[in-house]
Amino acid sequence: MSFIVAQAITGLASAASLFLIAVGLSIVFGVSRVVNFAHGSLYMLGAYIAFSLVQVMGGSFSGYLAALLIAALAVGLIGAIIETGLLRRIYHAPELFQLLATFGVVLVVQDLTRAVWGPDDLFAPRMPGLDGALDVLGHAIPAYDFFLIVVAFGVLGGLWLLFRKTRFGVLIRAATEDRQMVAALGIDQRWLFTAAFVLGAALAGLGGALQIPRQAASLSMDLNIIVDAFVVVVVGGMGSIAGAFVAAVIISELHAFGLVIFPEITLVLIFLVMAVTLVLKPSGLFGRPEFATAEDARSPDLPLRPAGSAARSAWLTLLAAAIAAPLLLGEFASIVLTEVAVLALFAVSLHFLLWGGGLITFGHAAYFGLGAYGAGLAVYHLSAGMAPALLLAPLAGAAGALVFGWFCVRLTGIYMAMLTLAFAQIAWSAAFQWIGFTGGDNGILGVWPSAWASDPLVFYYVTLTVCATVIWGLHRAMFSPFGYTLRASRDSALRTASIGVDVIRHRWLAFTLAGAAAGVAGGFFAFAKGSVFPDVLYVSTSVDGLVMVLLGGMQSLAGPILGALAFTGIETELTRMTDLWQLVLGLLILALVVLLPRGLAGLSALAARRRA
Amino acid sequence: MQRMHVRLHLPALLGALVTAIAAGPAMAKDGPVRVGEINSYTGPLAAFTVPYRNGWQLAVEEVNAGGGVLGRPLEVISRDDGGKPADAVKFAEELVRREKVDLLAGTFLSNIGLAVADFANRNKTLFVASEPLSDAVVWSKGNPYTFRLRPSTYMQAAMLAEEAAKLPAKRWATVAPNYEYGQSAVAAFKEVLKAARPDVEFVEEQWPALFKIDAGATVQALENAKPEAVFNVTFSIDLAKFVREGQLRGLFKDREVASLLTGEPEYLDALKDETPEGWIVTGYPWYAITDPAHRTFVEAYQARFKDYPRAGSIVGYNTILTIAAMLKKAGSTDTGAMVAAMEGLEVDTPFGPITYRTIDNQSTMGAYVGRTAKADGKGVMIDFRYANGADYLPDDETVKKLRPQE
Repeated sequence: MSFIVAQAITGLASAASLFLIAVGLSIVFGVSRVVNFAHGSLYMLGAYIAFSLVQVMGGSFSGYLAALLIAALAVGLIGAIIETGLLRRIYHAPELFQLLATFGVVLVVQDLTRAVWGPDDLFAPRMPGLDGALDVLGHAIPAYDFFLIVVAFGVLGGLWLLFRKTRFGVLIRAATEDRQMVAALGIDQRWLFTAAFVLGAALAGLGGALQIPRQAASLSMDLNIIVDAFVVVVVGGMGSIAGAFVAAVIISELHAFGLVIFPEITLVLIFLVMAVTLVLKPSGLFGRPEFATAEDARSPDLPLRPAGSAARSAWLTLLAAAIAAPLLLGEFASIVLTEVAVLALFAVSLHFLLWGGGLITFGHAAYFGLGAYGAGLAVYHLSAGMAPALLLAPLAGAAGALVFGWFCVRLTGIYMAMLTLAFAQIAWSAAFQWIGFTGGDNGILGVWPSAWASDPLVFYYVTLTVCATVIWGLHRAMFSPFGYTLRASRDSALRTASIGVDVIRHRWLAFTLAGAAAGVAGGFFAFAKGSVFPDVLYVSTSVDGLVMVLLGGMQSLAGPILGALAFTGIETELTRMTDLWQLVLGLLILALVVLLPRGLAGLSALAARRRA
Repeated sequence: MQRMHVRLHLPALLGALVTAIAAGPAMAKDGPVRVGEINSYTGPLAAFTVPYRNGWQLAVEEVNAGGGVLGRPLEVISRDDGGKPADAVKFAEELVRREKVDLLAGTFLSNIGLAVADFANRNKTLFVASEPLSDAVVWSKGNPYTFRLRPSTYMQAAMLAEEAAKLPAKRWATVAPNYEYGQSAVAAFKEVLKAARPDVEFVEEQWPALFKIDAGATVQALENAKPEAVFNVTFSIDLAKFVREGQLRGLFKDREVASLLTGEPEYLDALKDETPEGWIVTGYPWYAITDPAHRTFVEAYQARFKDYPRAGSIVGYNTILTIAAMLKKAGSTDTGAMVAAMEGLEVDTPFGPITYRTIDNQSTMGAYVGRTAKADGKGVMIDFRYANGADYLPDDETVKKLRPQE
């Protein structure tokens, strides 16, 4: 019994940490609809700044507390710079484009933090006055845990007062519910957005600063927390502060007790909770359904027409260039181009969902990874040759998409995105921990092409042929009756349904088709690298895919291909040149986002307009 | 105007990339011996790999100051894999095909080490795996072209198990990150300890997710099992959280703790004045090793980098010493000759002589085993001894079963 009480209090302290980071994210998303990947970076900055301040003024309880608060304010200020300098310029850009911008911020902050504070983990001293433990029924509980719980309740209460009792809070809530109406009433939205972002950033900074008496400040803090924070926000319901609190408590307590009974579960538990919640309650525990079902507010794009003769010759030129390039550029080029072809297919399959179906997914790596594992496991367990293994890849991708998709397509918007992420992370956890079957972190080795295709040039042409064919097939599908129906359901699900189309079934089919295509890409990726590791399934692979699509431009079929080319080329060359390649890549992305909000493919549109 | 600016620059950028991809190195016949080196120099792993890079840079400078190898200078071409195995393989391809390196070296994460080892095997390129710990590198996934320098998971766990067997404790609990490294370490520790002490039982296991330990709850669960001793495999940020929570919650009070790698400065130094005292650890007490060869290394390192060496530094340094000794023995950069030279190669290192075993391509480089203590607000290792790697490997029959025989 005493153990249960002690464990419950410990879980509550973890919940407090989780709530503080998640609530800021929820506020920012609620108001601006920005999926802020940089929230984890702000959290990390809070920890680092607090660490430095504590060195100077952390000798007493009040000094330490002041250091934490100043760190939170400083991060709020950084948030103001990010919002006014970057996000404000791109709110009008296509949906999700802000995600690319915040990803650029993640890269920049990561490298700048390393440059300023160095790569070593920084362990701050404990908080004076709270550095001991209290006895609870014979178990020692750190005093700081109680402090964290008090702070979390304080923040919860403070936010409640802010949102219920102040004009600013009322406006924020109004903007969360109906942005257009707030604007119509003459409220300057720009400052409202800035204020919400600064509030969210300061809360992230506070969350990070409050961690330093518990854990070392380290460069992995940003990505370690961001996914968990999103999970809490989604489980609680987007934009709901009380929801974030309840979700944080549920997840942390399940974790605290789950690891006693079944210690291996820790990695998947949080995603299982999210998957179950979203399947049972598609808008999260406290989310309002409108959020989950609201139609995309931006005006739909002009319907894309089949390629004209000019576009067709542009495609043929691209293909000719792809065929000729390795002959002109040498052996290593065929290896890089193989990767480009594979990633282009991956990006096109993602684009098919994002743009064609309006289905946002943060877990597309699942089908890419299932394809790679399908091929790899066929080689490893069945000693299959290259051709049968590659045939298995799309089947594995499609099977995964068929199962996961059945749940996912019933949701929309950010909820769907997070459910896809949950499934992808569960697949990743299985690959990571099921060592007997997948080889775990040590992966599957020896997945090399058959002898006839072992020359890099030959393998490149095989890859190019298959990937180009599948890309062509996906484009054809976009202009088939199925594709038109899919695009119609994207532009207005309600009207499409009312003429008798089964929207869910079309989305499910699109999901499966894209999963199969991603599986093909994954299979070739496995043979290009000779090995498969769990990171093909990880969220970073999904994010890379999104970056390629958004970099290239959403409104063009060529966009994802250009994006894959640019992303791979830039990354390959930059990492050779400088240790600060993430900084340079991040700045390049930020520059692109501000200058070319329609992506690289927007270049040709610009050129066309100039000619006109 | 701005529009034109953009139009001009992006194609130019892509054009530059294409040219860069096309360009190869100008190769000279009597040019330097080229070593392709890959490691995770950016991101969270930089704390471990930058001291390692300093180590190999120092050795390269010393080798070249001494006239190089085979009458030629030694050149290391280094690449950052960003912690991704797929990128590591890409750069291995690049180093071999475009940079025409004579051999490959490096890697820190086990999965990256394995990916590059498999690549080396397929391309018949020599690979000196410096840092990856996984036993699979030389055993279950071992290949004739891959040689590993650092003492493996098994070896370091066996060193601790030997000390653990001397303790009176019978009830053990384990805590390890839930992935291949953690699972292998716990399995090896159990195996060796059980063999020496059949009366030992393991009463609790905790498997926190890597870098995501829920430290308070994990410590509470361990404490609740009332073990007499704890075997810890967590490291880095997980370790710091575990130590702080464990001390606050009294987990380490009157209990013995055996902890893998914790004595390495990379992990110990972050703990500062909270270093737990009396833990049995493997590590690298660079400040207290009195051996003259090692003193010389430390002085040279400190003079060159104004910093003290970490465990990674000595590994990086020994990597280049290995390559230089191997080239001297091989007499050429022909891969067949180099692989033959690696087998049974003896290298004089700051840790004393080491040998690359013919049976499994594992070096006999060891580690220091001792107890943790605090001195001037910092963690140190005391009462330590050098555990020679050769003494902590299974017998030849077992190794032959573990490693695919060519």
